[in-house]
Amino acid sequence: MDAASAGDKTPLLDIAGLSVAFAGMTVVDRVTLTLDDGEVLGIVGESGSGKSVTAQATMGLLPDVARVTADRLNLMGEPLLGAGEKRLQRLRGAAMSMIFQEPMTALNPVLTIGRQIGETLLRHGAVTAGQARARSADLLSRVGIPSPREKLDEYPHQLSGGMRQRVMIAMAIACHPRLLFADEPTTALDVTIQAQILELLRELQQEYRMGIVLISHDLGVVSSFADRVAVMYAGRIVEDAPAASLFARPAHPYTRGLLASRPSASHDTPRLQAIPGTVPPPFDLPSGCRFRTRCALAQPACAQLDPPRLQVGPTHGAACLTPLAEAAA
Amino acid sequence: MSEAPLLSVRGLGKTFRRRGRGFLAPAVEVRAVEGVSFDIAKGETLGLVGESGCGKTTTGRMVVRLLEPSTGSILFDGVEISALAGKALRALRRDLQIVFQDPMSSLNPRMTAGELITEPLVVHGVGDRVARDKRLRQLLGLVGLLPHHAARFPHEFSGGQRQRIGIARALALSPRFLVLDEAVSALDVSIQAQILNLLEDLRSELSLTYLFISHDLGVIRHICDRVAVMYLGEIVEIATRSALFATPRHPYTQALLASIPEVGEGKRRFQPVTGDVPSASNPPPGCRFNTRCPHVFERCRAERPPLVEVAPGHAAACHLLTPSATTSTGSLQA
Ligand SMILES: Nc1ncnc2c1ncn2[C@@H]1O[C@H](COP(=O)(O)OP(=O)(O)OP(=O)(O)O)[C@@H](O)[C@H]1O
Ligand SMILES: Nc1ncnc2c1ncn2[C@@H]1O[C@H](COP(=O)(O)OP(=O)(O)OP(=O)(O)O)[C@@H](O)[C@H]1O
Ligand SMILES: [Mg+2]
Ligand SMILES: [Mg+2]
Repeated sequence: MDAASAGDKTPLLDIAGLSVAFAGMTVVDRVTLTLDDGEVLGIVGESGSGKSVTAQATMGLLPDVARVTADRLNLMGEPLLGAGEKRLQRLRGAAMSMIFQEPMTALNPVLTIGRQIGETLLRHGAVTAGQARARSADLLSRVGIPSPREKLDEYPHQLSGGMRQRVMIAMAIACHPRLLFADEPTTALDVTIQAQILELLRELQQEYRMGIVLISHDLGVVSSFADRVAVMYAGRIVEDAPAASLFARPAHPYTRGLLASRPSASHDTPRLQAIPGTVPPPFDLPSGCRFRTRCALAQPACAQLDPPRLQVGPTHGAACLTPLAEAAA
Repeated sequence: MSEAPLLSVRGLGKTFRRRGRGFLAPAVEVRAVEGVSFDIAKGETLGLVGESGCGKTTTGRMVVRLLEPSTGSILFDGVEISALAGKALRALRRDLQIVFQDPMSSLNPRMTAGELITEPLVVHGVGDRVARDKRLRQLLGLVGLLPHHAARFPHEFSGGQRQRIGIARALALSPRFLVLDEAVSALDVSIQAQILNLLEDLRSELSLTYLFISHDLGVIRHICDRVAVMYLGEIVEIATRSALFATPRHPYTQALLASIPEVGEGKRRFQPVTGDVPSASNPPPGCRFNTRCPHVFERCRAERPPLVEVAPGHAAACHLLTPSATTSTGSLQA
């Protein structure tokens, strides 16, 4: 995910050295990511690792108290940091949009579905007032909602969780954004409904050639959906690689730990190798490598040095002083 | 099963009555659980898996008698417990305990961990202060907490630690049987693994028997000996872990297993079953899975399929599996 290696093509999303602090506490620390058109990047990590804040910083959705700094934060070459709120509002929806874990927080409970989709379309001048309703129904139908015309007049609480997620996806893709952040889009859903939503996102991604950043704590979801994966721990990206390479040859002890602690539904797992301890809070981070307090392979040097990203494969990096050897193979 | 099971549930059912939507609307009946039967042998872990609202929690709460069953019987160690009341019910509570998903909402925020863990002892009048303090230290050690944790309040713990408190509290009275209701579902995977390992250790150290409720098939496969799959209030399939995961026979179980994204399978497409889970207040007639089943045929819309044994210890409720299923439209082999 080295930005410089993107060649002469401008990446869709180009983030370098992004940091976010709240009240002096750095919760996202020098994150570097790039994403090409039509590519799916998965971000995995445990609760509080900074996945959502990274997405919100890019979307310009963080509250004013957040201190956001970056060497680069570009969407299709356009700097987002320092862009005015007006410009960001234009970009949101039209060029980049976002879906969340709990659609209820994003949908307005007192407005009908039709009204909410219609307003998104009108705001971006995608339709005239007369066309809004028909186009909204088309969108609902596109995301697999049965009897879309009737659903236009319903309120969010009248829909099931899966249907609400489809509505939010319809709103997010209404203006054909180039970039979609999907932040735990299926975490609240049952597994058969999750499969439906992942399948829908895949179809839409191919149809519109969208770039997607899929945020999830579920390694299975990311493995089945993403082209490349970044693993976050305590505000940092500790490993990044093509999905196949990451899951076959994880190089960072944390990534390995995550995989070894996950019980599988497709084969029997012997005793789980739990990672000891807990994720340190942002106000109590250890010196050097943030994972060292839980790492079985930690050495004295790990407390001294901030581990730099080491190349363990052509497009596979790990922020570890001694990335696991087999990974390089 | 040669030995009598520790827990034996027959025809268990629960109907909730809920006010209808809107003024003057008639009350709605929700058949949350219907005709549920299973046995759990001593030392065994039975998994209860299924999607949101299928009746897992309702079943678990009935088993520990936190909820009055509408129908059916529950034998615990040979004793009918579904109608116990008063003193006998209080005595029973020492044997059957439940651990909930969200320790934060089930733990009183104004009590210290020590008070929370020993509260069941106080309520049941077990031991004096000194004996309870000794038991507290034992319990803290058992669940991997430190003595000084006893003085802290729930909000001062991480999610995993709070779940340890919930488990210690459930273990205080040395129960023989534990219902674990989504006990690891809210935890991050690295912490979830710690708690799963703890539950496995406790099971063998204390010879516990578990009813393990989860919607996560990976967790279920890891910890259970046998598994019951629920759909809309009913058990649609029950089998040993190995049989259920290797040769699922009910189309719903097959759909569940096919929907799980696994690490290492690479980028893949899903062929999800269509549609939503119907509402428990308005289930379809016949087989409750018929609105989503890829193999549905006429009989499925008319007749409820019974749970029939398809192999020793393996039962499923599907018309394709009943001997007279001559109108079958497809093979059930995955
Ligand atoms: N508005 C805010 N004010 C203060 N701190 C915040 C704010 N939003 C997030 N944080 C903190 O930033 C850190 C990263 O949070 P973030 O939401 O990005 O985590 P996440 O990786 O998305 O976790 P989860 O898997 O739980 O969603 C956390 O410690 C969180 O408490
Ligand atoms: N006290 C109640 N009053 C009315 N209906 C109820 C009550 N408790 C549960 N139900 C209904 O009974 C059905 C089964 O609920 P239950 O909580 O047992 O499901 P579950 O399988 O545990 O679901 P989840 O995975 O979401 O926890 C649902 O339709 C639910 O809405
Ligand atoms: Mg988040
Ligand atoms: Mg439940």
